[in-house]
Amino acid sequence: MEGVAQSPNLLVFAAFAGVAALAAIGVVAFPSALRSALCLVINFFVLAFLYFSLGAELLGITQIVVYTGAIMVLFLFVIMLLKLQAPALLHERQDFKIPLGLAFGAALFALIGAQVLGPLQGVFQMRADPGYGAPEPVGRALFSLYLWPFELASVLLLIGIVGSILLAKRKL
Amino acid sequence: MTGVPLVAYLALGLLLFTLGVVGVIVRRNPIVVFMSIELMLNAVNLTFLAFARYLPATGMKTTRDLAHGAMAGQMAVILVMAVAAAEVAVGLGIIMAIFRLRDDLDIDEMNLLKG
Repeated sequence: MEGVAQSPNLLVFAAFAGVAALAAIGVVAFPSALRSALCLVINFFVLAFLYFSLGAELLGITQIVVYTGAIMVLFLFVIMLLKLQAPALLHERQDFKIPLGLAFGAALFALIGAQVLGPLQGVFQMRADPGYGAPEPVGRALFSLYLWPFELASVLLLIGIVGSILLAKRKL
Repeated sequence: MTGVPLVAYLALGLLLFTLGVVGVIVRRNPIVVFMSIELMLNAVNLTFLAFARYLPATGMKTTRDLAHGAMAGQMAVILVMAVAAAEVAVGLGIIMAIFRLRDDLDIDEMNLLKG
């Protein structure tokens, strides 16, 4: 650790990470589903910038296009269709689940943190090739060594399309 | 970005994942539960990419190994994105169908499958 003054990158990372964490807290804590969705948009955007900071440019672009572009629009569309802003529809109850969930989350954080973060302290060196996230090597890998998983993913997406059309029919 | 330790990315991923778990447990609105699941998937994606960039495994020595490791992480992220897209499409369809069926969205009240 060189201290904060010598590594401005750490400050940039801390700013992004802080925004991402705040947005994630907003997703969980806001009572209104619409505000949760908007916080999730912010979170996805900041995560895309963190992907850029890791050198994964293609996946950062994909993150913006797929998540903030497609998935969040779907979420907002469903919220609009369901009229969840009507205040009578859903009150979050104050019950035993909230302290229980928070305690479970804290325990999970402590457990995984103690097991994983400890041995990896002091890893600063980025050993991957800096151009590893450019479209060309990713596409080359996707269509050669990872062709079979790629085709399976396309089959999965096809099944998803058929399933969502089936579910959207008026009579199930 | 040089100068940022791997642990920083992993800690952020862990925090986002934990927040997603808490959201799934605590919230009663199924749409927000879905958003929490998306949060968890994204936390895992961030962890995959951090490991793909830093490659802390000491067993990887040759450049070929390193290139394979970096690519494997990105392929996992692409597959997770495809799964997330399919999951959201089908899941939101199920939520809409349930809402049409019973005009109520509280997941604590959905007990049709209870024996």
